[in-house]
Amino acid sequence: MANSVTRLCGSLWLDNRMNIRKSNWPIWAGFLLSVIALVSYPFVFVNWPATRDFPWANLLLGGIAVLLLLWGLKRAFSPDRRRLSKIVAALVATLSVLVIGLFLFSFFVAARWLPASRGAPQVGQKAPDFTLADTNNKQVSLSNLLSEPISGKAPRGVLMIFYRGYW
Amino acid sequence: MAISVDSPEVSRDLCQKAGYTFTFLSDPKAETIRRYDLVHAGQGINGGDIARPAEFLLDSTGTVRWVNLTENYWIRARPEQILEASKALQ
Repeated sequence: MANSVTRLCGSLWLDNRMNIRKSNWPIWAGFLLSVIALVSYPFVFVNWPATRDFPWANLLLGGIAVLLLLWGLKRAFSPDRRRLSKIVAALVATLSVLVIGLFLFSFFVAARWLPASRGAPQVGQKAPDFTLADTNNKQVSLSNLLSEPISGKAPRGVLMIFYRGYW
Repeated sequence: MAISVDSPEVSRDLCQKAGYTFTFLSDPKAETIRRYDLVHAGQGINGGDIARPAEFLLDSTGTVRWVNLTENYWIRARPEQILEASKALQ
């Protein structure tokens, strides 16, 4: 009698252990990685030209996320899983794909929505002069910058960087 | 020299944080930006106009010798490219 009770307890304990071990971590890891793939571009990888000009690091993270999601979906849809875990897995995977899609769209599509700027000065044309305030609220002209000596020597030229602002 | 719609105060903050020492000019109404046909309408925080990214290398006479009008606002000219272009300036 004691023997069969022990065996029953033993098999129940094993059952529980196996269920706990079978928590669907790949689906959650896939989601987390997809969020990292999106967010790490503007905060981390944009700081080095190699990872900024083509976001291969983020594409790699996104690719690994997709693999984890596929693994998680496979686990969720195996016959011994509950219906709820299948639904949750499907939702999390969909959300993750949307996050990765958002990154791809932002970099490869939205960032290219720039005006043609056909009227901008071209090579060989004179750059129009202008006068604007510098960081000390002093009025500075392009002609000043082209002529004012730097370390006693005449400037060889000026590099003008127009940027979006609001950094 | 850098230009944007940022105010002198915002630019000063940026220069202090990043350690930039070159000239930063403010074009809050995007007038010079418009003159250079670089306006990107409505992209500013309050729906105002800002500049689309562009770099121009001018020689001492103010003539454009090199232009970079990027097709993707994340992708900018690298310092090596600009240094290479500036070798042509005497």
